Amino acid sequence: MKIDFEHRQSAHCESGVTANLLHHYGIDISEAMAFGIGAGLFFGYLPFIKINKLPLTTFRCEVGGIFKRLTRWFGLQVRWQKFRNPEKAMDALDRKIEEGIPVGCRTGGYWLPYFPPAFRFHFNMHNLVVIGRENDHYIISDPVFPDLERCHRKDLMKARFAKGAMAPRGTMYYLTHVPETVPFDQSVKNGIRIVCRRMLHTPGPLIGVKGIRYLARQVKKWPEKLGQRKASLYVTQLIRMQEELGTGGGGFRFMYAAFLQEAAQRLQAPGLQDLSDKMTAAGDLWREFAVIGARNCKGRAGENDSYAAMTRILMECADREEEIYRKLLPTVR
Amino acid sequence: MKISEVPQQPGMITDGRREICYAVDDDGNYVLAGSAGWEPKNIANDQAWEIIRDQMQDTVRKIRSGKLSPLAFLMVSNQMTPALLAQYVGFSRWRVRRHLKPSVFKKLKPEILKRYADLFDVPVDTLSKVPKDIETMLSKTDTP
Repeated sequence: MKIDFEHRQSAHCESGVTANLLHHYGIDISEAMAFGIGAGLFFGYLPFIKINKLPLTTFRCEVGGIFKRLTRWFGLQVRWQKFRNPEKAMDALDRKIEEGIPVGCRTGGYWLPYFPPAFRFHFNMHNLVVIGRENDHYIISDPVFPDLERCHRKDLMKARFAKGAMAPRGTMYYLTHVPETVPFDQSVKNGIRIVCRRMLHTPGPLIGVKGIRYLARQVKKWPEKLGQRKASLYVTQLIRMQEELGTGGGGFRFMYAAFLQEAAQRLQAPGLQDLSDKMTAAGDLWREFAVIGARNCKGRAGENDSYAAMTRILMECADREEEIYRKLLPTVR
Repeated sequence: MKISEVPQQPGMITDGRREICYAVDDDGNYVLAGSAGWEPKNIANDQAWEIIRDQMQDTVRKIRSGKLSPLAFLMVSNQMTPALLAQYVGFSRWRVRRHLKPSVFKKLKPEILKRYADLFDVPVDTLSKVPKDIETMLSKTDTP
């Protein structure tokens, strides 16, 4: 049994799964569009949450938020299921596949055998779509990989029941009703409004552009406060959050710029193209931060690669992004 | 990022696959471009693995000197802490910590060992083996 499902490779798992699932039901939507409407762009520096003893920085919204917002605004009905018993979870998946319904699953990346070894860490927020089964193997549309992948039942079961923070508990989801038409333009505006508000007006110092500035001020203190070794670990952790987890580059800033470009055409709002260009420039600046940070950690730092230089770049990222959101917000009123 | 700037510096991806980057073409339009990898990312990823490798070497030393049971090696090489391992096998944390003691581990019943063996997908009798040559072991399991 294999469902006829168009697999389109994406940068990020959740926006990719969302776009591919909707596409399967005849809604023409790109990954960037799904990411934008789902208000995926974010920034948060959360030093009190530690991953492997290193502070958490996030460039994207909460897990599941993109899919939830998009399906709600489009008026799609979704069935979510969680399980206690792994065998029952697999049986439920089998039944839906037999019915010809592609099923989204939340999994832990560590147990998926088709992941390259260098990517195998315990992170429990990975989404994929199961589109078929051949005996003991499942056929999987994992949006961050170029082709369909195959995965043994026992591996998929382990991945669906990965433990630790944000354990997926066998979570699976599928669409049960898709309306004839969807309020596309209005949803684009909703998505933009949420991102702007979050980035500009979230209370506290750690979220949005304030968060970027807070992080910037911290970075230059790291070598003194933590010592060279630990400081360098903090920086590489930041680079990994920004680049490694399927962000499409520049901590999702390029993907969002692609969304703004598409939105400019859709809403006939040429102003958005200008902001898309500015977002691209902000993404380039984030990339520059990664280059300097990595060089610093390799001990190949020149004069311009110091922690003070990283602080300056991050401050400029914050300034540029703030300008974008301030101009973006009035366009969707 | 322009298409011409999409990095092609392999490191983490070893099998010729590509990951998606968003880049701008000559007309200023966004397109999806495949990337083989990027040096800053490779450096950051290497460093994460270096930590795991250090932990593994440290653990092997402790097992050889009789401070930890061989189970500790499987735990650490699977990037787990006693707390995470406990969740996976369904024992309490203090029980897993006890199993990390060589004296306790030696007396464990086969059914308990099987829980660990199933999780790590290894035969029960290899549970008590410590890798002889850690470097080849590392290059086999973890090094990208």
